[in-house]
Amino acid sequence: MSGGTFVGMPSFPKAAHEAVHNQTLRGNLRHATHTIRAKRANAVAEVSDWAELREAGKQIKDHTLRHLDRYLVQLEESVTAAGGTVHWAADADEANRIVTYLVKATGESEVVKVKSMATQEIGLNEALEAEGINAYETDLAELIVQLGKDRPSHILVPAIHRNRGEIRDIFAREMSEWGRPAPEGLTDTPAELAEAARLHLREKFLRAKVGVSGANFMVAETGTLVVVESEGNGRMCLTLPETLISVVGIEKIVPTWQDLEVFLQTLPRSSTAERMNPYTSTWTGTTDEDGPQTFHLVLIDNGRTDTLADEVGRQALRCIRCSACLNVCPVYERAGGHAYGSVYPGPIGAILSPQLRGTQSEIDASLPYASSLCGACYDVCPVAIDIPEVLVHLRERVVEGGVVTRDGAKVVLKPAKGHAAERAAMRAARWAFGRPGALRTGQRFASRTRRFHPRTLPGPGKAWSETRALPTVPAEPFRDWWQRTHGGKDASK
Amino acid sequence: MSSRDLILARVRRALADVPRDDTPYDQAFERGYLREHGDRSVEQTVELLAENLADYRAQVHRSDADGLAATIAGLLAERGSTSVVVPTGLDPEWLAATAVTRVPDRLAGTPDELDRVDSVVTACAVAIAETGTIVLDGGPDQGRRRITLVPDHHICVVRVPAQVVSSVPQGLERLDPARPLTWISGPSATSDIELDRVEGVHGPRTLEVVLVSGE
Repeated sequence: MSGGTFVGMPSFPKAAHEAVHNQTLRGNLRHATHTIRAKRANAVAEVSDWAELREAGKQIKDHTLRHLDRYLVQLEESVTAAGGTVHWAADADEANRIVTYLVKATGESEVVKVKSMATQEIGLNEALEAEGINAYETDLAELIVQLGKDRPSHILVPAIHRNRGEIRDIFAREMSEWGRPAPEGLTDTPAELAEAARLHLREKFLRAKVGVSGANFMVAETGTLVVVESEGNGRMCLTLPETLISVVGIEKIVPTWQDLEVFLQTLPRSSTAERMNPYTSTWTGTTDEDGPQTFHLVLIDNGRTDTLADEVGRQALRCIRCSACLNVCPVYERAGGHAYGSVYPGPIGAILSPQLRGTQSEIDASLPYASSLCGACYDVCPVAIDIPEVLVHLRERVVEGGVVTRDGAKVVLKPAKGHAAERAAMRAARWAFGRPGALRTGQRFASRTRRFHPRTLPGPGKAWSETRALPTVPAEPFRDWWQRTHGGKDASK
Repeated sequence: MSSRDLILARVRRALADVPRDDTPYDQAFERGYLREHGDRSVEQTVELLAENLADYRAQVHRSDADGLAATIAGLLAERGSTSVVVPTGLDPEWLAATAVTRVPDRLAGTPDELDRVDSVVTACAVAIAETGTIVLDGGPDQGRRRITLVPDHHICVVRVPAQVVSSVPQGLERLDPARPLTWISGPSATSDIELDRVEGVHGPRTLEVVLVSGE
């Protein structure tokens, strides 16, 4: 991921440490996640075959991943036959180059965007800006994030960390910089804020010549793309411009039209807790006189094939980005989305980001630990991704190193640096437990010097003991106590 | 090597553990889920559609074939509409009782011109009861996607029970993926501000669905 925003992020524990002390943030997050959690449970309870839908979704996605090469080729053929053009991008830079080229070829210098995780992942807006092209986010939450010069903190509700008062202030202050200013005397009621966004964005929609989107699903059999949304900004971007460029991860395929019957039932209920989201658009190539007359599909890898190569971790590619796992996660609820240092926050981010980007950086090596392993994320996942299993698998990789695939090639990963002290401590323990004499001497020494023990560890153990209480050493080692009180009796038997 | 070949080669290498004779698509999984939820009569299915549409803030009206023109005329008058976009293939009888200026779909050229129109009247392709969804497929009586998007007031006529199905699986069966489809469940809405649902952001803020029987 070359999205500039997250480079040099501190590790999760450092970033989360600040977030959990922010009272407003915790209040906003708690309110939002608890609201959606309760609603989701009701929406799921309405369908008696939820377990079967979940299993079918899992199996369809697994089957697709196991034959991804075949389905990619089939998709390319169907999209081309329907009048679209397919481009392939191995990484973020290549995808950004392709989109920039396509936009420039239209002669336009601005694009309207449907909310898309893929374009955030590759840092498309920044890449376009560097080439003099303005990319306008049109989803209300994305608009709040863009105007606030902020970063998204949730997959579905990127501005979940902002309350209405903060949003009002951002609109009043920033809208005039980008186009139509916020109305005079704007209050903080959600209806008025939505109206301000409507007016601000409408002038952009009506003049837009180029739209950029992602897709929730691509159907290999028919070449159909699907976008699921609520506000109608998606429909605006998919319908009014002359040129449409869709940037989609290669894992978003389903084999057949019929397969959508599973995901169009599970996605809305899992994400916004609705029976169905207000708007779903599907398009198959181009249609005469209706909608964009030029359609480009940019298929991106950007770490996905590396993830696919990991037999345990590849299940993360089943993800349909519903964000149910974020809303039930006790760690996400307190730390917020920014602490994850990635466009994919929460439990799914903790397993997806380190696989897409590798575990070399401080933040990516720390993400598999950003979890209490309580398993709530697995329970709600509509495609049954065993997130705790992958977390443990990635922890092992971080600590032990081993063979992984990076950029399509197998490389041997060294154990992560930060864990040297832990490994040394474990080795020392193994040595001592194998030598009863040494253990006894050590324990007696520790008991006699207990008054001089520090409360926190020095050196490499400092970070560890910052968040943990060191055990106090007893005045007498257990084995001495046993010998003194019971030992004689035992010996007499 | 092109990026296409590079990515496909990476995929194949990544799947080295998958046996070549892996189960084909048609045997890969069981569709153990239901084709529809609950056992309803035709009337009950239409009733459920009306309930679920209303639950997501669409305004539901009922009419028979003879009263449809008057119903539509009434809705346009109540709204104070002075102009209405009309798909090329819309039954002219539907607008027979109103004098509101008709703007043909094809002539509503630029988005700006379309933005100045008050209302739009369309038919639909199918309606899904369990989710309260109407689906437009761009047929002659529904027009281009943009005409049901830009005006702020959408009147959609559903022929009951002929166009009503129970569930999403049944709906997909009836639809042609080659056509551009728009699934609409209630009017435009957002929950992006503190997860409070607000109707109406970019799409029509008022959705009126007329369930017409005896067509």
